[in-house]
Amino acid sequence: MAESIPSDATPAHDDHHHEEPSFASKYIFSTDHKMIAMQYMFTGMAMALIGGFMAYVFRMQLAFPGIDVPGYGLVTPANYNSLVTNHGTIMIFWVAMPVLIAAFGNFLIPLMCGCDDMVFPRINRLSYQIFLLSAIVLLGSFFVQGGGFGGAWTAYPPLSAKAEYSLTPLGSSIWLIAVALEFVAFLLGGINFVTTAMNARAPGMKLYDIPMVVWMIVIASILFMVSVGPLIAGAIMLLFDQVLGTAFYDPDRGGDPILWQHLFWFFGHPEVYVVLLPAVGITAEIITVFSRKKLFAYKTVLHTAIGTGVLSFTVWAHHQFIAGIDPRMAHVFTLTTLLISIPIAEMMFVYIATLYGGSIRLTTPMLWALAFIGEFLIGGVTGIFLGASGSDIYLHDTYFVLAHFHYTFYPIAIIGTMAGVTFWFPKMFGRHMNENLGKIHFWGSIIPFNFIFIPLFVLGLGGQHRRVFDYTNFPDLSLPWMQEFRVIATVALLVMLGFQILFLYNFFQSIFKGRKAERNPWNSNTLEWTTESPPPHGNWPELPTVYRGPYEYSVPGRDKDYWPQNEPV
Amino acid sequence: MSEEAHGTSNYIKIWAILVVLLVLSVLGPMLGIQAVTLITAFGIAVVKAYMVAKKFMHISEAPKFITYLMVTCLVFMLLFVAGSAPDVFKSEGDNWKKTASWQYMPPEADHGAENH
Amino acid sequence: MRPVATTRSTAGLPTGLLAVWWVVASEIVIFGGLLSSYIMYRLSHDAWAGQAANTNTWIGAFNTLVLLTSSLFAVLGHQAAEKGDGKKAARFLYYTIGGAATFVTVKALEWNMEISHGFTITASTFWSFYYTAAGIHALHVIAGAIIMAIVARDAAKGLELHRVELIGIYWHFVDIVWIFLFPLLYIAK
Repeated sequence: MAESIPSDATPAHDDHHHEEPSFASKYIFSTDHKMIAMQYMFTGMAMALIGGFMAYVFRMQLAFPGIDVPGYGLVTPANYNSLVTNHGTIMIFWVAMPVLIAAFGNFLIPLMCGCDDMVFPRINRLSYQIFLLSAIVLLGSFFVQGGGFGGAWTAYPPLSAKAEYSLTPLGSSIWLIAVALEFVAFLLGGINFVTTAMNARAPGMKLYDIPMVVWMIVIASILFMVSVGPLIAGAIMLLFDQVLGTAFYDPDRGGDPILWQHLFWFFGHPEVYVVLLPAVGITAEIITVFSRKKLFAYKTVLHTAIGTGVLSFTVWAHHQFIAGIDPRMAHVFTLTTLLISIPIAEMMFVYIATLYGGSIRLTTPMLWALAFIGEFLIGGVTGIFLGASGSDIYLHDTYFVLAHFHYTFYPIAIIGTMAGVTFWFPKMFGRHMNENLGKIHFWGSIIPFNFIFIPLFVLGLGGQHRRVFDYTNFPDLSLPWMQEFRVIATVALLVMLGFQILFLYNFFQSIFKGRKAERNPWNSNTLEWTTESPPPHGNWPELPTVYRGPYEYSVPGRDKDYWPQNEPV
Repeated sequence: MSEEAHGTSNYIKIWAILVVLLVLSVLGPMLGIQAVTLITAFGIAVVKAYMVAKKFMHISEAPKFITYLMVTCLVFMLLFVAGSAPDVFKSEGDNWKKTASWQYMPPEADHGAENH
Repeated sequence: MRPVATTRSTAGLPTGLLAVWWVVASEIVIFGGLLSSYIMYRLSHDAWAGQAANTNTWIGAFNTLVLLTSSLFAVLGHQAAEKGDGKKAARFLYYTIGGAATFVTVKALEWNMEISHGFTITASTFWSFYYTAAGIHALHVIAGAIIMAIVARDAAKGLELHRVELIGIYWHFVDIVWIFLFPLLYIAK
């Protein structure tokens, strides 16, 4: 049984290293937070490749209808539906969430809070195992009769509730079960992140000494935990509609399909902020380090983030303006939606103010962080058009919506993740990534990204509807310029996917052959840089004590331009 | 954390009050007045929940933010109802009607369970 | 062996207690979503009163009594654990498990009777909610009883006594859910 540990100063792990643990206990059944973070990250990367492949297949079909897609074959309408559905589901639930929250949360929270592990190491391991199971269940849905679920990632009934409409009787139920398992995994993980950051901080680390990324992951976890409940309840009801024949969402028998939309978006909109906030936090860490400046208005950013979180619970029905909701409610939700753009814009201004007058170093992580600010602003601004119910009536369900949310989710899930990975890579693996390849990959991802989605904005304004398998059936939507724009978007996607191969090469090459990294290669302040790279089991031989906030860069009167949090005065 | 609040006799007293409230909430509908039923059913449920949270879960002995968190979750649920009720309550719109809202079709088997 | 992180408490309360309250928070919104859906449907379907008339108030009241009593045992177990009496705490937890078993058995008999009268989960949306809400609640009762058995086994040996309070808080929460389910499903007719 555990011996009690009298104080934090005691080296806790002196008798750990007697024997080399077996492969399974080190890499598969480990309870070490860093290993679990890696498991989440690599699973997320694998799922991103699958999701990216799906995007490749259906974009090829849209640009060249009826083509025999290399590596996939002919795309039938049913295939197309299940590909777009699962592309959305995978990229949000199995890529953005595990990497941004679970991988970075697991890796950074204990290291940045100065403790040796999560407060519930075994629950943490269980959380990953359930997550892995959910991913396997989801991928398994492609191999059952009828194929994977094809009712769009929002799963609106009655399309999703009735087998005779969705034509995927098994796929839609398996999809729901996979999503439910994934939620269980993140509820367990979220409780772990929140309690660790609340309860296991290093001595001396007060609330305003916590690095911004930890705050953001914690706020995101809380948002997730508080918003997901209604959807879990709704998912059980939908599952019963599918398999037992109940009528929760069946209007002919006393149900209400709009209720599902409310339950879904009551979770679905805070979910946007669940993945956004960690990316915003990662950006804060990077721009302070590479502009050598204190974060402008730390408390403002924090309070703004909390305010955004609360506001995000009041905006959900802006996804339903044309779903037949009460027009009076549309006024309310328009107002709240336009309100929520204020705090987010404020955060972006704070970051620009942080950059102002700094000595900026354009390293790869810094490029990604700057790109996050720029690209996300486009996503945010286009959201205003959709949040206003008047213009949304025209734009709803067109490619304008699609381009808008890819302009938010790509900066979050890809740019934010790349910023984080390139920034913490030396700490994760003890080696540096190749800076030149990193910059080539950056430009090779950012430029094609804009070439994919700007044409889609234009097509959306031109009236191109979503969820259409083959536009040649619609003369109004198959004008020559429209088809050309679709080809441009698809070619840009191919270019962008091609550059990801370069990233994978750089990533794996650097893990094994990269330049060795010292403890603190970026001259950063936060606690994770005060231990070895990569950190040993237990993170520090002696756990640190904190004396100051995380962003004391370029303090006048000091010979060094950084001031680590654990350095005594 | 007073000794008295954690005493056996105190806990049994709380339990006895809860049981009395339960009896009241069962008896309430027998008066047949709908307003009384609503009060005895849901008013008493709120009182009971409050008592269990305070006396059995000791929520007031935990740091204040725990209470705020629980209340926030409840407020979000109210918010959810406020945002969705106008739509869910609607029983007809353009080209659709929830016909099942108005009529009650009993199942074909006989009514064995007791009726009020 | 145990990481230092598990022994700290910068937020001013033990980690386990903090985590249980977070569990309760996330459960509030699960049941909150389900029950607010039910309430909204109920208020817009007058006909449901006629269907609710077929639920048996006496069985519901009996089960409420069982859960209230099991909550009393859980809190008495907590009191014993506070005084360091693991054996007594375990005994009270076993009584609580007995309450859970009674609850689930009565529930099974009740459902059995209702289903044999034709009130199945597809009979109407009222009955769908009836079985879904009570079913999810019953799953919580069963899960709580299993965890409680594990906690009681350790507590009898004097180990991990703080867990008695944690499972107690979860149990009281399950009790509170039923306190609301009872008037919603049985009394309001």
